[in-house]
Amino acid sequence: MKRWLPLVLFVVLVGFFAKGLFLNPREVPSPFIGRVAPAFTLPLVGDASATFSPADMKGRVWMLNIWAPWCVSCRQEHGFLMQLMQSGRIPIVGLNWKDKAREAEALLARTGSPYVAVPEDLDGRVGIDYGVTGTPETYIIDQTGIVRLKHIGPIGPDVWQTKFEPKLKELGA
Amino acid sequence: MKSGRIKPVLLAFLLAITLPALANEAAPKAALPNAEDPVIEQRLVNLAEDLRCLVCQNESLAGSHAELAEDLRREIRTQMKAGKDDREVIAYLTERYGDFVLYRPPFKPVTYLLWLGPLLFLGIGGGAWVMTLRRRRAVQAAPVDEKKLAAAAQLLEEK
Repeated sequence: MKRWLPLVLFVVLVGFFAKGLFLNPREVPSPFIGRVAPAFTLPLVGDASATFSPADMKGRVWMLNIWAPWCVSCRQEHGFLMQLMQSGRIPIVGLNWKDKAREAEALLARTGSPYVAVPEDLDGRVGIDYGVTGTPETYIIDQTGIVRLKHIGPIGPDVWQTKFEPKLKELGA
Repeated sequence: MKSGRIKPVLLAFLLAITLPALANEAAPKAALPNAEDPVIEQRLVNLAEDLRCLVCQNESLAGSHAELAEDLRREIRTQMKAGKDDREVIAYLTERYGDFVLYRPPFKPVTYLLWLGPLLFLGIGGGAWVMTLRRRRAVQAAPVDEKKLAAAAQLLEEK
């Protein structure tokens, strides 16, 4: 028994290292899960006289997608978001983050918009309030305005099936 | 061509004018003193040294050139100007980004093992050391057989 002790300790250590090796350091755990989504009121892209606020979505499960025209991986997920929009599965609000060149309107006119509303966060403050580390980031917010899920990076069919669908079912949406 | 070499004097001159320019370019943007309020700028740098940049995760918020880091420094600066102390600024950041932004994790139940782990291992090592010493002493203190000792002495004398 005593002879095997170093080997056992070694295997335990390797186990810890292996686990650490496969963790994704980009997946910063969000402190917002289970908390009320930060409030904001922002003008809409294309119609600065109208505004959007998370309170407008009360009573519905919705998705907040933080994106930007200059963001390459946002274009990658654009096609899938279009499919989602067409399927009517869930309303998506696209927070246009730090679009200093004001390109969002033209881009969405060209490629089609998957969003029900596109609030404009020019100086990036609202994004910071949501703990954004980089675009795209997507949140599921429930009927009562509580953040239920955060996803960092583009959404595709795989992530949707394994991460988003189960959460939506859980929320009864 | 008459001379393929740059004259030493000219070379020295060129170096003299280009080197300072290079040095200037390499100076970190973040370290630029803000003429507006050096006290706040110093506080900002001190605080941001201990905070993680969320984009380049191995860089501090003070040293990072990422745009998000610049925005966060701007936020911290604004809050400091509004009279918030360091603890309030840190609370603002952890509220949004979690304890992950802190290079010095707080002491709380989830991090007990992290903080006390080294002490635990020191204890285990110390315990093993003491036990080994005791065992060794027990071997040395084995009772001496008087008869055998006498026999040995006799053998030695006979020689």
